[in-house]
Amino acid sequence: MWDYIAERHAQLLYQSYQHLSLVIQCVLLATVLAVGLAVFVHRNPRIAALAGGVSAIGLTIPSFALLGLLIPLAGIGTATSVIAVTFYATLPILRNAVVGLAGVDSTLIESARGMGMGAVRTLLRVELPLAWPVILAGVRVSAQMSMGIAAIAAYVLGPGLGSFIFTGLTQIGGKNALNSALVGTLGVVLLALILDALLLLAGRLTTSRGIRV
Amino acid sequence: MSDNTNETEVSGVDIDLIDVVKRYPGQKRAAVEGLSLHIPAGEIVMFVGPSGCGKTTSLKMINRLIAPTSGTIRIGGEEIGKQDDDDLRRRIGYVIQGGSLFPHMTVTQNIALVPGLLGWDKRRTAERVDELLELVGLDPARYRGRYPRELSGGQQQRVGVARGLAADPPVILMDEPFGAVDPITRQRLQDELLSIQEELRKTIVCVTHDFDEAVKLGDRILILTEGANIAQYDVPEAILANPADRFVADFVGAGAALKQLTLSRVSEIDLGRPTVAQIGDSAADVLRAAQSAGDDSVVILDAKRRPVDWMWTRDLLDLDRVPAPHDDTDLVTIDRRATLNDALDTMLVSSHGSAVVTGRRDEYLGVVDFQAVLTRIQDTHDEHHGVPDPEAVA
Repeated sequence: MWDYIAERHAQLLYQSYQHLSLVIQCVLLATVLAVGLAVFVHRNPRIAALAGGVSAIGLTIPSFALLGLLIPLAGIGTATSVIAVTFYATLPILRNAVVGLAGVDSTLIESARGMGMGAVRTLLRVELPLAWPVILAGVRVSAQMSMGIAAIAAYVLGPGLGSFIFTGLTQIGGKNALNSALVGTLGVVLLALILDALLLLAGRLTTSRGIRV
Repeated sequence: MSDNTNETEVSGVDIDLIDVVKRYPGQKRAAVEGLSLHIPAGEIVMFVGPSGCGKTTSLKMINRLIAPTSGTIRIGGEEIGKQDDDDLRRRIGYVIQGGSLFPHMTVTQNIALVPGLLGWDKRRTAERVDELLELVGLDPARYRGRYPRELSGGQQQRVGVARGLAADPPVILMDEPFGAVDPITRQRLQDELLSIQEELRKTIVCVTHDFDEAVKLGDRILILTEGANIAQYDVPEAILANPADRFVADFVGAGAALKQLTLSRVSEIDLGRPTVAQIGDSAADVLRAAQSAGDDSVVILDAKRRPVDWMWTRDLLDLDRVPAPHDDTDLVTIDRRATLNDALDTMLVSSHGSAVVTGRRDEYLGVVDFQAVLTRIQDTHDEHHGVPDPEAVA
């Protein structure tokens, strides 16, 4: 296996970079979408509950099925991967963002309004910072999940380490089949650990000491 | 109490409510059925009443957290409905239960919020924060960088008051401000609020469900019945002496005469002046002084004239010099702003049967005993009834 890695290290590094880049970009996009959506829905308990339900159901859709459904719409390649990964990445963040925003003590919001902070300022300076640890927990779950889904997205010829796994699977019995699948899988796991550590660090840096646990 | 009305400049402004109505959709009865009220500048007006009577709703209409259905509210003569809500609220202090500090902001950031919204420069804001922390009795160097969870409940409430005062608003609204702290801390906070008010003379509107608190803090008390109808609006002395109707009488509750104790303050009493000594004074000199004054105990002060101990003369007999107090000294002091009620409470637990009174910066003022309190009660009673009522004093 070392020989296999040594032989293909350039390609491996490139695909790892592609994989990480795909996941980070999709999770960023998903965070913006999910938090934006949560801001709109969290004040209305019924719509917020609906968002939670949709998010739970959405996560049960097999990613293969979704990719298959997307091919006629977005074709084969990066666009489909991005759509699929972003879709799954949004769901846990949305659920956590709704819970996090709903969990902000309403007297604090009233207090902010009573001091003369407008609705937008209250959101940016009170609600989001207080909900941030919960949102960030959603982002970490989302990032882990996206790593796996990005690998499967290689099925529609998206970028990333998934290509190694699929190559291995299609050549079962071949000389390098096992190496290929194994390297792809371990690479994904390694990337997931690195990204989680980065998110943990980002969380420490962006969460106020007053609400850190 | 308005004993200092003429000494300090009033920085508050009048508030007028004119036929203010709040009706919620789908409810048969209006929450506030036409409240008209004049709140004079520089006074503390307490809104009390049973829960659901509309006192909080009435309060929140003053800073438009709740928009009135109809009617007019004027602050300093200006109609608030014609102003931008956020601008209006930045000029009204708002203090609510428990302080309601933002947990993700430091003490400084919490207090600096409204000055920040008003665009004060950094230096002015920083100076203001320190000034306010001093005012509410928290050492700025120690507390300004702390987060709310690193403070006790009473300290959080103090910061909440400081935050309400931050931009020096003429009007301050308080919603059950001391509801979330223990009774001893509450008493301290109330005393502090009174001494702050003595200096600042803001217009303060405060909602409480605690009638005793209303009597203690209020220059005037507004008692509301359901629908925010006024049952009585008067100075506490008058409400206690002459309740307008059965409802008010019930609300005032039993022991109206005892409640008068919360109307008088220790500062109104002539304090006893027993022998005092400083740590390190010659014990023999002190004993001689005590003997000639006929005292059997001596109040010990530290270098800043703060009382630290209260010794029996017999304990000084075998000593050369007046000693520094033990760590477990049981000396309990009361502030000169404390009510007679609080003073009696302290005296009952003191082994001397009287209490040491302190003033600004805990400086020693004198002692108060049962006899002095009793005399004061009798005087107050005569003032409001004309004739002494032996039953109430007994």
